[in-house]
Amino acid sequence: CQPHPGSFQEELVIRPLHSGDIYASFQFRTLWDTDFLQEGQKKVSHYRLFPKSLGQVLSKFSVQELHISFTQGFWRTMQWGQPFIPSPPGAELWVWFHDTVSDVDGNWKELTNVLSGIFCASLNFIDMTNTVQPSASFKPLGLGNATDHRFLRYATLPREIVCTENLTPWKKLLPCGSKAGLAVLMKSEKLFHSSFHSQAVHIRPICQQCTSKAWELRQTLNVVFDHYTSGQGKKEWSLFKMFSRTLTEACPLASSSKVYVDITDNPELFELSPATPLLSQAVVLGDRRTYSVYDLTRAETFGQLRSFNLLLRWKGDSGDMLRPLLHAERYVAGFGLQTGEIHTVIYNNHPYRAFPVLLMDSVPWYLQLYIHTLTVTSKSRDNKPSYIHYQPAKDRHRPHLLEMLIQLPPHSMTEVTVQFERALLKWTEYTPDPNHGFYVGSSVVSALVPSMVAMSTNFTQDQPLFSSFVPVKEESSYFVRVYTEPLLVNLPTPDFSMPYNVICLTCTVVAVGYGSFYNLLTRTFQVDEPSPPLAKRLANFIRRIRGVPLLA
Amino acid sequence: MGLLSDPNRRKALTNLLTRLNAPICMVCYLAAIVWFMGLAFEPFTLRTYMSENAMGSTMVEERFSSGERALSLAKEFDAHKRKAGGMPVEWLVKAMQARGLEVFTQSFSRKLPFPDENKERYMVRGTNVYGILRAPRAPRTEALVITAPCSPGNSDNQAVGLLLALAQYFRNQIFWAKDIIFLVNEHDLIGMQAWLEGYHHTNITGMEYSPLQGRAGSIQAALSLELSSDVITSLDLILEGLNGQLPNLDLANLFYAFCQKLGVLCTIQGKLQRNDWDTAEGYTHAAQTMMLMVLKQACGRSWGDHGLFLRYHIEAASIRGINGFRHYKMDVATIGRLLEGMVRKLNNLLERLHQSYFFYLLPSLSRFVSIGYYMPAFGLLAVILLLRALDLWVNLGAPALEAVDGVTEAEQPSGPGVLTVLTPVVISHLTGVALYLLPVHLQEMAVEHFPVSETEAVVLTAVAIYTAGLALPHNTQRLLSGEGTEQGWKVLKLTALLYLAVLLGCTALINFSLGFVLAVTLVPITASMTPHMPKALSALAMVLLSPAFTILYCVFIYQELIEAPVSVGEGWMLFLSVISQGILDHALYGSLVYPLLALFIYPCWLMFWNILFWS
Repeated sequence: CQPHPGSFQEELVIRPLHSGDIYASFQFRTLWDTDFLQEGQKKVSHYRLFPKSLGQVLSKFSVQELHISFTQGFWRTMQWGQPFIPSPPGAELWVWFHDTVSDVDGNWKELTNVLSGIFCASLNFIDMTNTVQPSASFKPLGLGNATDHRFLRYATLPREIVCTENLTPWKKLLPCGSKAGLAVLMKSEKLFHSSFHSQAVHIRPICQQCTSKAWELRQTLNVVFDHYTSGQGKKEWSLFKMFSRTLTEACPLASSSKVYVDITDNPELFELSPATPLLSQAVVLGDRRTYSVYDLTRAETFGQLRSFNLLLRWKGDSGDMLRPLLHAERYVAGFGLQTGEIHTVIYNNHPYRAFPVLLMDSVPWYLQLYIHTLTVTSKSRDNKPSYIHYQPAKDRHRPHLLEMLIQLPPHSMTEVTVQFERALLKWTEYTPDPNHGFYVGSSVVSALVPSMVAMSTNFTQDQPLFSSFVPVKEESSYFVRVYTEPLLVNLPTPDFSMPYNVICLTCTVVAVGYGSFYNLLTRTFQVDEPSPPLAKRLANFIRRIRGVPLLA
Repeated sequence: MGLLSDPNRRKALTNLLTRLNAPICMVCYLAAIVWFMGLAFEPFTLRTYMSENAMGSTMVEERFSSGERALSLAKEFDAHKRKAGGMPVEWLVKAMQARGLEVFTQSFSRKLPFPDENKERYMVRGTNVYGILRAPRAPRTEALVITAPCSPGNSDNQAVGLLLALAQYFRNQIFWAKDIIFLVNEHDLIGMQAWLEGYHHTNITGMEYSPLQGRAGSIQAALSLELSSDVITSLDLILEGLNGQLPNLDLANLFYAFCQKLGVLCTIQGKLQRNDWDTAEGYTHAAQTMMLMVLKQACGRSWGDHGLFLRYHIEAASIRGINGFRHYKMDVATIGRLLEGMVRKLNNLLERLHQSYFFYLLPSLSRFVSIGYYMPAFGLLAVILLLRALDLWVNLGAPALEAVDGVTEAEQPSGPGVLTVLTPVVISHLTGVALYLLPVHLQEMAVEHFPVSETEAVVLTAVAIYTAGLALPHNTQRLLSGEGTEQGWKVLKLTALLYLAVLLGCTALINFSLGFVLAVTLVPITASMTPHMPKALSALAMVLLSPAFTILYCVFIYQELIEAPVSVGEGWMLFLSVISQGILDHALYGSLVYPLLALFIYPCWLMFWNILFWS
């Protein structure tokens, strides 16, 4: 039987930010109407658009849903607003396994190692000491109502550095590779000359006209270009300037290939050329936005020169941005190497609506949290969380997991503090650069943020992809996930630079000091008696044999 | 150890030590002084070298060239500062924002325990302005800080101008791996303290401040900039921080390396380096530089805005531009290049600065004395105290030793009562507590009754309590029912000697200079003190070697070393202001020298004073 060919869509959204920076977001979606997890079915071996390497991994490890992101830099919510798809600095991986899996931990371990090979990343450093099972923060985004968090694994590697070696395997997963279509823009020397770089892969089962189950693979790449470091003062942008390439064709395999430019603030802010008659409106993150659409499947887009270069010229200064409704930050308070306090500050900037947020914190075991010192305060009043899920750490086995449902009052700042003590590690447990410090992953704030704009819930094809990623059940609110900064914490560190001195000194102190004191303390002093004469000894020997008392 | 377990040999050893005690002590004292003075002799010191690999071989190319812009910004800042009569917050926020920084402000207020007459301030209210340059593709975990003070009058305008010019230049570069915080602090150290406490969300000195809005992770290093003229002849590096803490030596090495590279004259303690170590002048010069460092470190003050960072485990140094009477002048662009180079090297750091020394003395910028070399000088002094204590111990235990042969524990239940020893100990410590608490708390009363200002009231109360303490021994004797026995003073002296040894030992571990300076003056008199000496003469000697006089001598020596000698009258005024500064430093920044002297060293000295008047 012929498997359904599936479809492939690609798009690029360009959003000029109020700070003067440019946000470019690529999304590639591959749909495939098949189900490799279905039991009793023949093993799927014929792949067309869907990358085989991932398909095999999914079926081998019975993965229900997989989300992996590699991010270099920190998304500056206060300057840039909300991203289309948020991700924490470093690497993040969360996976829902199929509920038929018996050994979830074993599958997870193998899966991370395989993914590590596929993406050329240090995902093999994910082990039980940094894996958690969040009970509420990470719900499946696709089909299937599995909510038993025993089948969920979540881990972050805040220290992971993302560079070209991660980009190349990511590009290879695309049907056209980087040969045609939007992917030709992805030249690493430009992508990594930016303020923010994030690439992700999301795989989930979705409903194809709700008759059959289909697999959706979304590959996203988000970049923010900084106008200071690359603009030489001239605020002018073009595709060529950003990516040192122009577009000449769509990917031939793509059923749709579009470039969107956010022109909601046009014409006050910038001027766009070439102009396009095609406009599209979409509600993104609670805000109605207008987009110019350039369809790359149509020849007239490329014009006379057979190449499409978008030019964007700023006019005057950018205005103030509306404060994002939800915003969070985190820092370590205190000084010294014994104790400290983690402060997580969550801002609700909505003028009159309160809303609940789910805060998830995963803290490594070597920061020993004093959970009795946990306080949540909003507007200098105690704010009791309505739900707390806390799993204490086990030394060298598992991290702390803290999840809380907190109601944020309108227009307020909520501060969550918890004290910790820094553990003294064994000397082999230190990293090769212990004085750099140890990382604590970002905490995750997930919330349904109220929006003014009602949002339609059906997944229709003509809606832009970036607006339909997260299914929203409740009208008039939208789902947002905000990641805080990771923390860098110094632990008490021995001076590794002079082990020789240390060993010599300790050995000497122990040998000389302790040894002789021990000697002095345990030795009994007695007066030495001269040995008895031979005759007496002989007599005593005989008396001992006879059993009579010895001579003195 | 066989030596000690054998009673005969042990007796021989103790006999030797008691018989030769005085000469050994003399030799030790002289050896300590000679050793210490020898530290400044170049062949005995080590050449500085860069330990940190990340800052070593990767020389960066400096391109900063907007010196003119820095100067015009300095003028503009000056004009706005005059207009605002303090920190021109709005202008500074705009200027930083225009350079693409994330800008935040912090307001703070602090009421000093008593008016500071040196800086003429009492109720301090101010605002710090700081801008954060976010490093591209960095997750806000590490930061570097560059600070410039907003000082009254004409000073430090150029520092702020250069800071802004550097911010503009840095913002256009792509290579930053750590966020860079540009901070302009008002009211020098008070503003800095407020900012640091705000950044780390602590409150250790009772400062009132508004919480910080923007942070950039853990701060790895900080540079403080003081620049008051358009051209300079040399740059001075200031390292001494609060409580005598020093930044990692690599920071000094980094500064020195870039001064060499850019051909900038650099000094430490305001003294240029000389190459003629083999001449008497050359040695004296090095010795003076080192003595200045010892004196500055001993007083436990923060000698620049950098000094408060050190408590937070942030390596920091101040760089001060000096416009002297030299031929060779440098423009601001050169200093900018120097800072650019230093910051770029710090930006390359993979770990905190930790490779090099934290405990050192610098006889010049290219030579250093590490802890292993200077500690013996203090050790020799401490040994004197222990030897004297041993002598007393053997003396006290002598009759007991004969009875119980071979057992060290010569407990004497029939000796002087605990009370005889405890009373002077408790009374001297209570005097110490009075010296610590009363001056600040009694100022209002003193101002009411005497025609003095608050500051004078505080200082004079302190001096009065100090002097009143000298009258105590006579009263202590009256309190006691029994006569002071021969045994009594020996036990008291033994206690006091061990107490002093522990005190000085602990102090020297944390702040070598303070421990050494105190030991040099306290050890000779305390070691030789007995009640049988001629009272008047030895009392005079004791007073002249008491902690207060030590401070007085330090003031004179310091003035002599910075080539600004003072008359006795001026010296006295300086002495009084040093005391008031010490009390203020303790209240404002948590400096520990004043409590150490008042609560421990002075009572300990009083115990010896007691022995002298034992009857």
